[in-house]
Amino acid sequence: MIGLIHYLTVSAILFVTGVFGIFLNRKNLIIILMSIELILLSVNLNLVAFSAYLHDLVGQVFAMFVLTVAAGEAAIGLAILVIYFRGRGTISVEDVNRMKG
Amino acid sequence: MNIIALVFLPLLAAIVGGLGNRALGNTIVKSITTGALFISCILAWPIFIGFLQGNDHAHVVKVLSFIASGDLKVDWALRVDSLTAVMLVVVTTVSSLVHLYSWGYMAEDPSQPRFFAYLSLFTFAMLMLVTADSLIQMFFGWEGVGLASYLLIGFWYEKPSAQAAAIKAFVVNRVGDFGFSLGIFGTFLVFGTVSIPAILAAAPHMAGSTIGFLGMRVDTMTLLCLLLFVGAMGKSAQLGLHTWLPDAMEGPTPVSALIHAATMVTAGVFMVCRLSPMFETSQTALTVVTYVGAATAFFAATIGVVQTDIKRVIAYSTCSQLGYMFFGAGVGAFGGAMFHLFTHAFFKALLFLCAGSVIHAMHHEQDMRFYGGLRKHIPWTFWTMLAGTLAITGVGLEDIFGFAGFYSKDAIISAAYARGTTAGGIAYFIGVTAALLTSFYSWRLVFLTFYGEPRWVGSEHIQHAIHDAHGHDHDHAHDHTHHDAHHDAPDEGAGSEVTVESRGAEDMPKGTGGYHPHESPLNMLIPLLVLATGAVFAGWGFAKSFIGEGGVAFWQGSLWFNPEFMESIERIPFAAKSMASVAMLVGLLVALWAYVWDKSLPARVAGSARGLYAFLLNKWYFDELYDILFVRPAFALGRLLWKRGDQGTIDRFGPNGAAWLVNVTGVVSRKMQSGYVYTYALAMLLGLAAAATWVIAN
Repeated sequence: MIGLIHYLTVSAILFVTGVFGIFLNRKNLIIILMSIELILLSVNLNLVAFSAYLHDLVGQVFAMFVLTVAAGEAAIGLAILVIYFRGRGTISVEDVNRMKG
Repeated sequence: MNIIALVFLPLLAAIVGGLGNRALGNTIVKSITTGALFISCILAWPIFIGFLQGNDHAHVVKVLSFIASGDLKVDWALRVDSLTAVMLVVVTTVSSLVHLYSWGYMAEDPSQPRFFAYLSLFTFAMLMLVTADSLIQMFFGWEGVGLASYLLIGFWYEKPSAQAAAIKAFVVNRVGDFGFSLGIFGTFLVFGTVSIPAILAAAPHMAGSTIGFLGMRVDTMTLLCLLLFVGAMGKSAQLGLHTWLPDAMEGPTPVSALIHAATMVTAGVFMVCRLSPMFETSQTALTVVTYVGAATAFFAATIGVVQTDIKRVIAYSTCSQLGYMFFGAGVGAFGGAMFHLFTHAFFKALLFLCAGSVIHAMHHEQDMRFYGGLRKHIPWTFWTMLAGTLAITGVGLEDIFGFAGFYSKDAIISAAYARGTTAGGIAYFIGVTAALLTSFYSWRLVFLTFYGEPRWVGSEHIQHAIHDAHGHDHDHAHDHTHHDAHHDAPDEGAGSEVTVESRGAEDMPKGTGGYHPHESPLNMLIPLLVLATGAVFAGWGFAKSFIGEGGVAFWQGSLWFNPEFMESIERIPFAAKSMASVAMLVGLLVALWAYVWDKSLPARVAGSARGLYAFLLNKWYFDELYDILFVRPAFALGRLLWKRGDQGTIDRFGPNGAAWLVNVTGVVSRKMQSGYVYTYALAMLLGLAAAATWVIAN
C-alpha cells in the first residue's frame, strides 16, 4: 500500500534533486530553470498528497494554481533566456557572473 | 630705573637684531647689539663703584608679577646688591668687549646678525640670572644661558662636530639642571618660599633637621645644598659633569671667551656664593664642595699639560680655575671665590681672545704644534697674551704689586690652609700642585706659540692659505677675505677622536712655508688691550674690597663673609703663603727648560711614560667611560624600545594589526562574492535552513 510517507519521500528526493541541480550545474541556465520546475513539482506533490490524506480538496485546487503559475514562470524564464542569449551569445552558467561587485 | 635698562637693553637688541636679521643687514644689527651692550656696561660700572665706595645699598626693583598661586609668589624682580654689582660689571664688560671683538673676528661670516643676536640674548639671560631675587628667576636665567650656549656652540651648524658638541653641552647640563630643579623643589617644600632673602634668613633655623629622601632620613640643609650644588657642577663644568666644556670649544672663539670662560661657567660659583649663608649651615655640603673643587682643579690642570689644541688648553685651564673658585667657597672664603671669579673673567677672556687672534693670524690653525716664532709677527697679541699669562699664573710680590691672579688665586690657596680642616689641607696641597701645573701649561702655550722657530709649513690650513694666496697675486686684503670664508674647514674634532699622537712639536717640519701672519685689526686689538689692563690691575685694585679689610663694608651681607677668618688668612706662615709663588716659578722654569732650552725633553718624557701620557691625552678616559656607562646603554635601550617596543609591539598589534585584519576580512569576503547566481542561492538556502532549524529548535 502506498502511503503518505512514500509520497513525501519521493517529493523530498525531487526537491533535493532540484536544489542540487541549481548548485552543482555549471553548464546551462536551462537546467537551472528545469531544476526550479522540479522543486515546484515536488511541492505540488506534497500538496496533492496531503490533500488526499486530509480529505481536503483545497490542496488540489492549490496545486492547479501552482501548475498554472509554474507554466507562466517557465514561459517568462525561457523568454528572458532567449533575450539573454541574443545579448551575450552564451547561456553557460560559468559566464553569467555579472553580479560580481 | 637704570638697572631695568641695563638688563633689558640686551634683550631688546637681541629681539631687534634676531628678527631683523638680513632685512636690517650686518652693520645695523652689529651696531644695535654692540651699542646696547656698551650702554649696559656704562650703566653697570657706576652701580659697582657705588657699592665699592659704600654709597649704595642693596635694593630690589620689581618689574612684573610672574606667578601667584597659593603659597607660591614669584615676581620678575631685579635684585641689586654688591654680589650682583660684581657680576654686572663682569658680564657687561666682557660681553661688550666680545661684541666689539667679534666685528673683526666674524667679519667674513655669512650669518653675522644671528651671531650678534645670540650673543645679546646670552647677555640678557646672564643678567637675569645674576639679578635674580628668587630661585625661579635664577632658574630662568640659568636655562636661558644654557640655551644661548647651545645655540652658539652649534653656531657653525654645518660642522657635525659643532652640532655634536652643542648637543653634548645641552645634555650634560640637563643632568646638573635636574639636581638644581630638585633643589628648588626641596627648598620650596622646606621653606615654603623661593625668595632668596627669605630662604637665607630661614636657613639657620633649619640646621640639624632631617628630611626623608629616597627612603632615608638625611640632614635637610645638606641635602638641599648638595642638590643645588649638582646644578652648579653642571653649569660650572666640575669633575664628572665637565665633559661638555672642552667640546664647547667648537663654537667661535669669542663665544668661548664670553660664555665658556668669563661668565656662564661661573654661574655655579655665583649661585653657591649667593646662597652662601645656606651652605654655611651644612659643613658636610661645604666639604663636598671643597673636594669636588680641588679634584677638578687638579684633574683639569693635568689634562691641560698635554693638550695641543690652543683652545682646549685654555678650556681645561678654565675648568681648573673654576675648581679653585669652588674649593675657595668650600673652605668658607666666598669673598675669595668671587674675587677669583672677577679677576678670572678678565684674564681668561683675554687669553681666549688672544688665542682667537692667533687663530685668526694662523688661518684657523688651532694646533700649537704648528705655531712657533709668532712673537715678531703679531706683537700686540703677544704682549697682551703675556699679560694674561702673568695674571693666570699669579706673578707678583707681596705688598708691592701683583698681577690679578696673584691676589685672587693665592688668597684661595691661603684660605684653604687657614681653614685648618682635613679638606682644607688637602685642598691647599692640591691647590699648590695645580698652581704649578697651571704655570707650566700656560707658559708652555706661550713658548710653543710665540717662541722657537716657525713650524707653520706642516699645517694643512697654512698650506691652504699659501695656495690661495698664489692665486691672488699676493693681494693680502683680498686673500684674507677669501680665507675666512672657510670657517667650516675641518678643525680638531670633538674630543673622542683623539688618539695617542706621539709626534711632539719638535717633530714637526720647520719653516714658514712662505706664509705671513697678520696682526688682527684694531677692533680686535682694543678689547685685548682693555682686558689686559684688567688682567694687570684688577687684583691690585680691588683686593682690599673683595677679600681685605674693606670686605664687610663692601659685601654688606650679600654673601657670607667672616672677617675673622679672612684676617686669619693674612696671618698664615710666610712659607705656606709663598708656596703658590714657588710653585708658579717651578712651573715656569720647567716650561722654559722643556720648551726653550732643551726641546727634545717633552718627547723623551712622553716616550718614557707612555701610559700616563696616553691617560692624560685622552682626558682621563672620561668620554670613553661615559660612552660605556651611559651613551651605549642609552642607545641600546633606545634601540630595544624602537625595535621591540614600538615596531614589535605597538605597530604590530596597533595600526599594522588593524590593517592586517581588514585586509584578511576583505580577501575572505571577496571570495564569497563570486557573481554566480548559484552561490548566492546556496547562501540563501543555507540561511533559510539555519533560520528554519532555529525556529524548529525553539
